[in-house]
Amino acid sequence: MKHILSALVMNKPGVLAHVAGMFAARAFNIDSLAVGRTDDPNISRMTIVVVGDDKVVEQVRKQLLKIVEVVKVQDFVGQDCVARDLMLVSVACTAEKRPEILALIEMFNAKVVDIGPKFVMVEVAGPESKVEAFIDSCRPYGVKNVVRTGTVAMARYNRAAKTEE
Amino acid sequence: MSKNGTNNDKTVHKVGSQVIVDMLIEQGVETMFGYLGGVVLPLFDKLYDAPINFIIPRHEQGGCHMADAYARASGKVGVVVATSGPGATNLTTGIATAMMDSVPLVAITGQVRTSLIGNDAFQEADTTGITRPITKHNMIIKDPNDLAQSIREAFYIAKSGRPGPVLIDIPVDMQLAQCPIPPKGEIDLPGIKNRAHGHARQITMAAQAINESQKPVLYVGGGVIISGASDQLRALAQKANIPVTTTLMGLGAYDQSRPESLDMLGMHGSAYANYAVQHADLLISVGARFEDRVTGNLQTFAPHAKIVHIDLDPSSIGKNVKVDIPVVGDAKQVLTALLNEVEYKPRKEWFETIAAWKAKHPFMYDKNADVIKPQYVIEEICRQTQGQAIICTGVGQHQMWSAQFYKYSRPRQLITSGGLGTMGFGLPAAIGAQLACPDKPVIDIDGDSSFNMTLTELSTAVMYKLPIKVALINNGYMGMVRQWQELFYGKRYSKSSLVNPDFANLARAFGCVGITVDKKEQVAGAVKDMLAETRPCVVDFRVDREENVWPMVPAGKSLHEMDGLDIFEMA
Repeated sequence: MKHILSALVMNKPGVLAHVAGMFAARAFNIDSLAVGRTDDPNISRMTIVVVGDDKVVEQVRKQLLKIVEVVKVQDFVGQDCVARDLMLVSVACTAEKRPEILALIEMFNAKVVDIGPKFVMVEVAGPESKVEAFIDSCRPYGVKNVVRTGTVAMARYNRAAKTEE
Repeated sequence: MSKNGTNNDKTVHKVGSQVIVDMLIEQGVETMFGYLGGVVLPLFDKLYDAPINFIIPRHEQGGCHMADAYARASGKVGVVVATSGPGATNLTTGIATAMMDSVPLVAITGQVRTSLIGNDAFQEADTTGITRPITKHNMIIKDPNDLAQSIREAFYIAKSGRPGPVLIDIPVDMQLAQCPIPPKGEIDLPGIKNRAHGHARQITMAAQAINESQKPVLYVGGGVIISGASDQLRALAQKANIPVTTTLMGLGAYDQSRPESLDMLGMHGSAYANYAVQHADLLISVGARFEDRVTGNLQTFAPHAKIVHIDLDPSSIGKNVKVDIPVVGDAKQVLTALLNEVEYKPRKEWFETIAAWKAKHPFMYDKNADVIKPQYVIEEICRQTQGQAIICTGVGQHQMWSAQFYKYSRPRQLITSGGLGTMGFGLPAAIGAQLACPDKPVIDIDGDSSFNMTLTELSTAVMYKLPIKVALINNGYMGMVRQWQELFYGKRYSKSSLVNPDFANLARAFGCVGITVDKKEQVAGAVKDMLAETRPCVVDFRVDREENVWPMVPAGKSLHEMDGLDIFEMA
C-alpha cells in the first residue's frame, strides 16, 4: 500500500543525506521524495511516498522521527488530502498532429510551456493518476523526455491529520 | 546559518581550539581519550595545560572503546578525539559499537580546512558521510559562530532520550578562528522528542495485565541500566512477585543472587529463562528490543504470552514482535508508576515450575575434567571477587561464559559489546572502566582471538599505571566460530585456528605481569595472584580447546529448542 509521509525537517546541510541514508540502511523503499522550504526558512518539508504494509510504514515513520533534524512526521494514509505531481513532458509533435495534441493538452488542463518544429513541452500538474494518464495518451505520438517531481501533499482543511506529538 | 552567533559586544570570543576545551570543561569532562594528528594540533595545544585527564591510546579504535566503556561504567558521556581521514575512520568500529548499545559518546574529529573539503586533500575523508548511519547525530562545523553551541548540543543529544554517539567534525580553520561563546542556556532542539513519563492509560493497562496474569516474566534489557531503574525494577518484581530474566546487556540490572532471577535468556541463555518465556502468559519487556539472539524464531516466541513493551524509543516497539500493550517512556518513570498499581500475587505454581526447571537445568560443565574448563576459570574469578568486580569482555565463547558463570549484582558491572559484537572490545574497555572506577577491580575476561585484535593497548594500561587484569580464556581458536563449524559445518574448522604469541611473555615485554596457567590445580592460585597484582596483569589460561557454550538455541529455532541440555545427563 502506498503511504504519503510528510515530514518537517530542519533546513540544515546533511538532512537529506541522513533521511535517504536511513531508508537505504533499513531497506525501506522510497517511491518518491520531494523537498522544499516552508514559510519558515529554518524548516523544510519532505514529502515521501513509501510502499509497504502498515508495519513497515509505521517503522519508517518512527525511524524518521528518531533523526534529530526531523521535527514532525505525518502519515496521510486514510486522510483526505490533496496530492499532486508536477511533470514536464516533451512530446513529438509535427505540424499536422498539432491540433490533436493541443486538444489533448486542453483536455488534461495541461499547459504548453515550449514549442519547437518537432515537439511541444507540456507542463502537467495533478494527482499521480492524471499525470500517468497524460503520458499514456501521449505515447502514440512519441514521448521524448519526462521530468517529474515527486508527490507533494497537504491535508485538506478541517480534517485533523494523524500527527506525532 | 549562524543562528547561534551573536555580535553582541559582551559575547566572549576565543580561538576555536580554546572554545572546544572550554566547552568540554563546561560539560564536566574530567577524563577523555584521543590520538593526535595534523588537523587537531590546535586543539591538542590547548589541551596541553587543560584540567582534563587525557588518555592516549595506541590506536583510535582503542581510544573510542575506552571512551565508550568509561561512559558505560560511570554513566557520564565518554569523549574521544581523533584527527581527520584515517583517525576518523579508525573510530568507526568504536562509534558503531556505542551506537548499537546506546552509549552516550561524543567523538570530535579534526577535518581539513573548509576551503579544501571535497578536494581529496591529504588525510581527508567524508567523516560525517561515513559516520551518519552509525551515529545518533553528527555535524560538521563550517561557521565559527556555531562551534560552541554545537558542542553543547552534541552532549545534550548524546545523553538525551535513548543515548548514543554524536560526532562533531571540526575543520582546522574553525579551531584557529575567533569563535563566540554565547551564554549557556536551554538547548532547544525541536527534533528531540522525549516522552519519558509513559501514557497513564497504557501503564494502567499494563498493571491490570500484571495483576491478572498467572505466569508473568519480566524480560529486561540494557535500557533499565541506562535509565538507572534497577531499584524500581527490584521493587516491582518483589511487589508483584514476578521472575526476572535479562538480556546480555541487561545483566546487572537485577541481582542474580535473588531467587526470582532467571539469569540471561536467549541463544545461550539459561534453560529456565527460555522455558519460562515460552510458557509465560505475560511478558513484560523493559528496555529491551526483542533482538534475534534473544527471541530465536519469532513466529514461536513466547507463544502464550500477552506482551507489554516498555521502551523509551518508539521505534523499538512493534519492530520485531506484535505488542499488546506498548508503553513509550523511560524505564525508571514507567516502573515507578507501575509500582503504584500492581498487587502481590503468590503464583505458587508458577514459581514451583520454574524452580523445577532451575534444579534440572542449571548452567553446567564437566567439573571432573582433567583439563582447564573455561567455565571453571570464570566461576573461580567470580568466587574470589565475591561477584563484585567489573567485568569487561571481548566477543565470542568467553563472552557467553562470562554472562553465564559470573553472577552480577549491580548495574554497570558487565561491560560488553552486545549489539555490534565487536571483537577486541575487552582490553580497551577495561582501561576505560578502570579510569571511571579507579577503586574497583576491573577484569577483562577475554578470548585469545579478541585479545589479539587490540592487545597493543596493554601499553596504554602500563603508561597510565592502571591495575587492570586480563584473564585470557585461551583455546587457540576463534572459539565461537569453531563451535558453529563443529555444529553446522561438519567440523570443517576452516581458518578458525590461530598461531598465538606467548601471551605472558608478550605481556612482560609491555611492562605488565604475565602468567601462564596450563594446569587445573594452578587456576585458583593464579586468580589470587592476578587479583593481588597492582600492575596490569595478563593471565593466559590454556583451556580445553574444544569446549562448547551450552545450552544453545540454534539460529532460527524456537527458544525452547535448546541443544546441549542432555550432554551432562548422558555423561
